Amino acid sequence: MLVEILFYSFATVLVLSGLGVILSRNPVHSALSLVLCFFTSAVLWLLIEAEFLAIVLVLVYVGAVMVLFLFVIMMLDINVEELRTGFRRHAWLGWVVTLTLIGEIVGVIVQRRLGIDATQGAAPLPPGYSNATALGEALFTRYAYAIEIAAMLLLVAIIAAISLTMRRRRGLKVQDVAAQVAVRAEDRLRIVKMEPERKP
Amino acid sequence: MITLGHMLTLSGILFALSVAGIFINRRNVLLMLMCIELLLLAANFNFVAFSRYLGQLDGQIFVFFILTVAAAESAIGLAILVVLFRERRSIDVEDLNTLRG
Repeated sequence: MLVEILFYSFATVLVLSGLGVILSRNPVHSALSLVLCFFTSAVLWLLIEAEFLAIVLVLVYVGAVMVLFLFVIMMLDINVEELRTGFRRHAWLGWVVTLTLIGEIVGVIVQRRLGIDATQGAAPLPPGYSNATALGEALFTRYAYAIEIAAMLLLVAIIAAISLTMRRRRGLKVQDVAAQVAVRAEDRLRIVKMEPERKP
Repeated sequence: MITLGHMLTLSGILFALSVAGIFINRRNVLLMLMCIELLLLAANFNFVAFSRYLGQLDGQIFVFFILTVAAAESAIGLAILVVLFRERRSIDVEDLNTLRG
């Protein structure tokens, strides 16, 4: 009973914050609603005993991706009102698509054409089962090549993001470290032998 | 008891909401990127639910890789967005008509 109450309350929060993401006037509010979405999804994944992915969702999404989003939103000087002008014009299309999609998905689930029973509960776990251990064993044995490809993909993403956003501004005063190190005393200082100006 | 139907319905609602968000916020690239993140989250919901209810771990491993790809995608997407804003001083989709698409 408690599990159902938790599920329904967090599912409500999830749907409401999803609405907040797509309807907020301010992009910062949208991003914060999306953070709330990720948190509630993590809680729901905990409820069906997928602990490791719940923690990963909070760490990766809330800790990294959403911070990146907020960073970009606050760095760019966006004119929000100008971007909202087409809002009413496209809104009906969005709702039509939404209702159609919900109808289709619920129809598929209700009619049980998935080949499985949608009213079953979660598969029971053996005592002493650790989700993180099981996932780690699978990841580093059967999926070892896949995880290396994923690591390479992240490396490529880092290089791409850095090389896209790096720029050299003209007229910017920067240090040339190599030239600073290579400089010698005679380049900077000239010692001149001369007679004293005034006789002692 | 939370059944498979509960999770699938919830992820369906989330998926539909984010598709609606892409249609509604058609002019703001930033919000479209956020809606894509929400869409991937809904897909991940399905993977986790099926993995748990069929008693197989592979779905959760898929979610792991989807998270990786989504993080890479959003990093590159935001980088492109920053470059775009530098060039155009706007992130309006309707300004992106250089290719006459």
